[in-house]
Amino acid sequence: MATPIGPLDYTRRLWVRLTLLVVFVFLYAPIATLIAFSFNDSRRNIVWNGFTLKYYEKALGNEGLIEAFANSLTIAVLSTLVSIVLGALVAVLLWRFRFPGKAGYEGVVALPIVIPEICMGVAMLAFFSRIGWPSDMVWPFNLSAIIIAHVSFSFPFVAVVVRARLEGFNRELAEAAQDLGATEWQVFRDVMIPFLRPGLVAGGMLAFTLSLDDFVITFFTSGPNTVTFPVKVYSMVRFSVTPEVNAASTVLIVVTVVMTAAALWMQHRAGMKAEEAAG
Amino acid sequence: MSTEQEVGETPVGETPIIEIAGLSKHYGSVTAVDDVDLTIRRGEFFALLGPSGCGKTTLLRMLAGLELPTAGTIRIDGQDMSAVPANRRPVNMVFQSYAVFPHMTVRDNVAYGLKVDGVPRQEAYRRAEEALELVKLGGYGPRRPDQLSGGQRQRVALARALVKRPKVLLLDEPLSALDAKLREQMRFELVNLQESVGITFVVVTHDQDEALSMASRIAVMDHGRVQQTAPPAELYEFPRTKFVADFIGSVNLIEGTVEASDDGLVRLSAPALQVPVEIEQASGLPAGSTGWLALRPEKVDISREPPDDAGRNTVAGTVEEITYLGDVSIFHVRLTADQPLIKVTIANLDRVTRRPFTWGDRVHLSWAPTCGVVLAQ
Repeated sequence: MATPIGPLDYTRRLWVRLTLLVVFVFLYAPIATLIAFSFNDSRRNIVWNGFTLKYYEKALGNEGLIEAFANSLTIAVLSTLVSIVLGALVAVLLWRFRFPGKAGYEGVVALPIVIPEICMGVAMLAFFSRIGWPSDMVWPFNLSAIIIAHVSFSFPFVAVVVRARLEGFNRELAEAAQDLGATEWQVFRDVMIPFLRPGLVAGGMLAFTLSLDDFVITFFTSGPNTVTFPVKVYSMVRFSVTPEVNAASTVLIVVTVVMTAAALWMQHRAGMKAEEAAG
Repeated sequence: MSTEQEVGETPVGETPIIEIAGLSKHYGSVTAVDDVDLTIRRGEFFALLGPSGCGKTTLLRMLAGLELPTAGTIRIDGQDMSAVPANRRPVNMVFQSYAVFPHMTVRDNVAYGLKVDGVPRQEAYRRAEEALELVKLGGYGPRRPDQLSGGQRQRVALARALVKRPKVLLLDEPLSALDAKLREQMRFELVNLQESVGITFVVVTHDQDEALSMASRIAVMDHGRVQQTAPPAELYEFPRTKFVADFIGSVNLIEGTVEASDDGLVRLSAPALQVPVEIEQASGLPAGSTGWLALRPEKVDISREPPDDAGRNTVAGTVEEITYLGDVSIFHVRLTADQPLIKVTIANLDRVTRRPFTWGDRVHLSWAPTCGVVLAQ
């Protein structure tokens, strides 16, 4: 006879196992299908006709798609760099100084995280057309409107991550550096930045992936000459969902997953170090 | 800081290195440091002693320039520090958390203060290694701080401060994070280190044993004010206020009225004592004023019969409680009903099974007029 199920033997209960399975299928079946059919040797995505890599070749040969991908990467890199600087400055400011209305300011900074993207998109569109932001500049300045829009929704994520890390900062470290003769800038460069590095990297990766796959806000701020990867995929899908779209999407998934995993790993490592230091 | 410091050359002189005048620090309505005047002498091992919240750390931080005074001046080596920022002051600090930079090796930690001063890397590393040898951490340069014990991290913090050859080394509760055995050992090492480098040390502590055993002079602080500044023995034998008497060591504080005060002799009558007592004391109190007799428990003699010497102050009572502490026993003796018990400490010279007195015994307590002081406040 089997041993009775103990109070902590969750996974030996049938319904728990079923729930876990259903959740997993729900989350990953669409993505698994997408990836599988990117290798499908068929014009349509309905029947499996055999393995091929030709749609990857086709996607790589599609100049419009490649240009969109290059645009997306450029936007992601530039908006991430600006977001890191802006987010870190805001976080340090909120941590270091006391000023009237600080609590309100802190809340307002985090607000773009919860504002619906569609509202941000419409607001950006209205803003840029109202001030007459030029749309016919040379590359990469033609992307500036999109970059500004991306910075506005991704720097709060950097600020939140960096702010959280600053809570664990021992102010005596900064005072010690100052006491040893460092100027305020040297204290920031030699003590604060090294301490914040894991937070900056994690926040930056978050900003990067957010920018890379943003559709809604980009859709409202992009013009005919500034198509990004998600917008391009959307326009391709309007004609038909071909395995080429699947192949391109698979590449994007891989890029995003790798970036996120790296961000999580950095945070985990920083957490372990903080624990060691505390213990 | 251009020439090599001659080891042990600076004598403990009468010349001041730090002069503090009228120094105050307010945080809103809270007064952390209240009109402090203090002079610290060159080459001295000086302790700021007091309970937590007495303002001693704030005072130290103002010396370092990490806090700005609300009022008053600080002069270090004759130079006014009002307009000198923390990174330009000729003092260095060992922080309570040691604040060793976690992302730098031990060597880079110690060399940091030299590098920001523009000392070439090789020279900085050479002097860092010297400083590490001084604190017995020679060869630890390549290690990372997370590979060190708490005691070793403290030594790194010491080396990092001393390598800059400051005029004054400030130490904020330097031993509080160490375990008891190591703490005792580090007391001696700090004193030896101070003697060998000849730099003035100012240490903040709440631990009276630490202050008494290390410092050449101690300032006792309470509520932002300096209560008394004196060498350890003077502080213990001649406290000036009830707070100092009570804070340093153990004491019987007996409230009474001054009956007479002349010829260096104060006569005090107290409800807790059956007879008036006489204490030899230079500073007289006006007759009729309230006075407190501060009497150390180890200075009181306990006996079954009254002592022959009529010059001794003698009272009688009953042993009510005995506290055994291994090396000593404390006898709590009731002299008068409804009055506080008097503590008497007796060294346990014999095995405790041969204890001379036990609960309920009638005993006589006596002490010479040279023991104890009468305090006005």
